[in-house]
Amino acid sequence: MINMDILEVRDLSVNVEDKLILKNITFSLKEGVSHILFGPNGSGKTTLISTLMGLPGYEVVSGKIFFMGEDITQKGVDERAKLGLVVSFQNPPEITGVRLGDLLKLCLGKASTDEFTEEEQKQIEAFKLTSFLNRETNVGFSGGERKRSEILQLIFLKPKLMLLDEPDSGVDVESLRLIASEIQHYVEATGSSALIITHKGDIMEHVKAGYGCILLQGQFHCFTEPMGIYEDIKKLGYEGCVACRMRTREGWQSEQ
Amino acid sequence: MSSNKKNDLVNVPHQILEEAQKAGIEAQEEKRAGTFFHVDQTTVHSKVNELFEGKLELMDVKDALQKYSWLKDYMWKLVDKNKDEFTKKVAEDYSGGYFMRILPGAELTFPLQSCLMITQKNLEQRVHNIIIAEEGSKAHIITSCLQHSNVPSAAHLGISEIYVKKGAVLNFTMIHQWSENTLVRPRSAVEIGDGATFVSNYVCMRPVRDVQMYPAAYCRGVNSRVSFNSILYGHKDSQLDIGSKAVLSGKGSKAEMVSRAIAREGSKMIIRGMIEGDSSDCKGHLECRGLLMDDKSFMQSIPELIAKKKGVEITHEAAVGKISEKEITYLMTRKLSRDQAVSLIIRGFMDVGILGLPDALNVEIKSIVDASTQAD
Repeated sequence: MINMDILEVRDLSVNVEDKLILKNITFSLKEGVSHILFGPNGSGKTTLISTLMGLPGYEVVSGKIFFMGEDITQKGVDERAKLGLVVSFQNPPEITGVRLGDLLKLCLGKASTDEFTEEEQKQIEAFKLTSFLNRETNVGFSGGERKRSEILQLIFLKPKLMLLDEPDSGVDVESLRLIASEIQHYVEATGSSALIITHKGDIMEHVKAGYGCILLQGQFHCFTEPMGIYEDIKKLGYEGCVACRMRTREGWQSEQ
Repeated sequence: MSSNKKNDLVNVPHQILEEAQKAGIEAQEEKRAGTFFHVDQTTVHSKVNELFEGKLELMDVKDALQKYSWLKDYMWKLVDKNKDEFTKKVAEDYSGGYFMRILPGAELTFPLQSCLMITQKNLEQRVHNIIIAEEGSKAHIITSCLQHSNVPSAAHLGISEIYVKKGAVLNFTMIHQWSENTLVRPRSAVEIGDGATFVSNYVCMRPVRDVQMYPAAYCRGVNSRVSFNSILYGHKDSQLDIGSKAVLSGKGSKAEMVSRAIAREGSKMIIRGMIEGDSSDCKGHLECRGLLMDDKSFMQSIPELIAKKKGVEITHEAAVGKISEKEITYLMTRKLSRDQAVSLIIRGFMDVGILGLPDALNVEIKSIVDASTQAD
């Protein structure tokens, strides 16, 4: 692969509530490629993507984040979003009184009085969200409905890099297939990138990921053949997998 | 004021009509079951849409008292004349008010509208309104109370007594568009009969000097229902002390109260709610959500639940605080600036969907809410 980097992280250390969660991590993500991010519970995966997005409560104590060559370390959430960096939430908040339809229009850059195009309507229908347009965002949505709504919002934002926090957790088989193939379709059609946090391998049946990455003890490791990584994790555990891969120097990146 | 005075709405001065429209009054009378205008101390217009003749009566209350000797029994029956200085003043002297009577079994498919307006400086407007929803009738009433934008200061004292008889359904929406120097003291009470439903919607979006009101609903009928919904936007030093009281004495009666309040720019708001369960099968729920936007403002929620019989079921939820940072951040990840996110949340928070209005009114009320929240 000779893809350019879309995101580069150098020596990044992050505090959450005065506790150091990520220490001096360095890595990059490639343009036009999906990356799967594995890691045990509490390894800092959500902290990492929250920091990349600039969410409050994640304090960068050192290091820098570059997005498409630009230093975004000090930029606000909305500025990052406007540059094309977006995130889907694992547990999105309920927004009382704000209809999903209106939020989707905002994602598309439309006014609430504008109509959806036929193409957009089809996409909403494909996500099985047509009957949710008049519902308040996330209010009373099931787990799967929230995920579908999150991913559709992201696609409507037309991002260059999607950060997806467990888009597959708590969704049924059918929804998973839908979500995963829509992500794949978007990445393929637009040449954009994705970083997908998951604990399961199923999503890779539909998302053709280029890399499998592991966040372990505050360190970020990336390797090719994500499916193989997943199999290794199942066999050897996270640590065993990293140790084994490091020995074979297979990874294009495995900083210490 | 004579009852045969049938002015057309076109005869209402243009400026007055224009102001009224901003407060939800529909100028095209054919879209309303009836229209009533009381400006300062005179009823200037009172007319029933001919489509609804024989279904409702609409006139100034003073004319109605001359026409119907029985009506005096409805005056000061639910509101105590000696309750406070304001009721005493109205009892002493008042300039009129509306008398609305929806006849038995009649269904008003269009809303009935009334506008009480102040155009004179330093006027103390005193009105006494009576609404009777006769057995089995159904109606939506929208009443706008406002002060013309040219008037610096004034007061409005309004008594309203509302009777919802057996099986009737009455949806009553009140829009207040006062000004920064208006003192407002409505005194309202409702009696709800067997199987009858009363829905009160109150919307106050413009700044006001001082409003204090605490309408009471007496659910005396078996399976009677009452809902009070309020959308309150306190800004520019407005003082709002708004509450409602429901007394559930009818078997199986129910009360529901929902308030959404925003306080900013030095506004002081007290949101009260009382549900009293006086019969064993009654139920009530009270919900209050308030957003405080700055340190200069103040918000207090005072819910009161009273049970007097075994088996009474009354609950409440109240939350007063700032806008959730998580919600703001969430919307910012969707390319909205912080200000845009806050304004979207506020508009959503003041969602008129809680009011249960017919479509014809929903659009108008939504535009009033949007106009106010967008101006900031």
